[in-house]
Amino acid sequence: MPDGPGLELIRGEIEQDHPGAVLDTSFDRDQPALVVDPAQILAVLAWLRDAPGQGYRFLSSLHAADYLPAEPRFAVHYELLNRDRVERLRVKALLANPTEGLPEIDSCVELFPTAEFQEREAYDFFGIVFRGHPDLTRILLPDDYAGWPQRRDFPIGGEPVAFTYNERNYG
Amino acid sequence: MRDRQLRARDMLRGDLEGEDLERYVEERVVMTNFDKMLGWARANSMFPLTFGLACCAIEAPISLVTARYDLARFGAEALRASPRQADMIILSGRVSIKMAPVVRRLYDQMLEPKWAISMGACSSSGGMFSNYAVVQGADKFMPIDLHIPGCPPRPEAVLYGFTKLQRKIMGNPDQGWRQRYNAAGTEEWARGGPRSEPNPEAAEAYEEARGLIRA
Repeated sequence: MPDGPGLELIRGEIEQDHPGAVLDTSFDRDQPALVVDPAQILAVLAWLRDAPGQGYRFLSSLHAADYLPAEPRFAVHYELLNRDRVERLRVKALLANPTEGLPEIDSCVELFPTAEFQEREAYDFFGIVFRGHPDLTRILLPDDYAGWPQRRDFPIGGEPVAFTYNERNYG
Repeated sequence: MRDRQLRARDMLRGDLEGEDLERYVEERVVMTNFDKMLGWARANSMFPLTFGLACCAIEAPISLVTARYDLARFGAEALRASPRQADMIILSGRVSIKMAPVVRRLYDQMLEPKWAISMGACSSSGGMFSNYAVVQGADKFMPIDLHIPGCPPRPEAVLYGFTKLQRKIMGNPDQGWRQRYNAAGTEEWARGGPRSEPNPEAAEAYEEARGLIRA
């Protein structure tokens, strides 16, 4: 893992090549994370992959999150791994919920082919559109499903269970 | 023993008469009607479908056919890998909304007589998965003959449920239950088979599939 100062060094080097790309860093529970401007996400990922001395060539996971009361609301997390030094680095891109349509971010399939299915999953459950994805369709839910069920404002669904005990005592 | 054998031989030769004949018939002949015998035969030679949905599949049918629980004692050890050869389907686990049409089609493909057991809390009511992805009870989309509660039910419970189902089969199997789900006569017949009357939709799908394979 890059430690705290190491993370700041990475941030400084990215700033030299892509000014304004890194918005913030965090080093919570020994896990380094870069918060990146979504407009420059591809540049940052490509830099982390290709710049000499970095070598984060393996995308071990890509997933989305919904921090509902917070703003911007959505985030796409990229978990990068340097397999030579066994170092992990998390890159977060925070996305605001637009008043119309769905939040959008560039697809990183060109950089990391493994992202194809994972971006489809993020689209499936959170409704985040990855621009430039070769086949952005639902991957787990039925094709005709309506809504984005992992969003926090999506109703849980199912049926309430009517227990006779509750009915008798509180009903 | 020897005495009985001799009497059976005499009976076959037609030598028994009068009181002896009465006694022989009382001892050796069971009177029943054909429906009862048919139900008895069906209940005791069940072919379950090899089919598992989730964790309940470990309890049944996997552990049920092992030596410890041994479904063969009840005449149901021949698990079939095709719904067209099976009599009984055990829904062992939660049915997700994406799996529900598949399960229904499997059930539709089974030939009469057929029975369905909903095993465990999940397939009976959705169980702990009260959410957007899981069907809240499999009887929303197909006729279930028997529900076995538990999370998961112990294999003994499944065996008890199975004997209950056998009793149901021997008693009154059809209570207008399947008609309510439009689940009678739903099999898609292969062309040229017995009672070969495929519905136009099935025939079209079949032709299409053949076309795809040829291309």
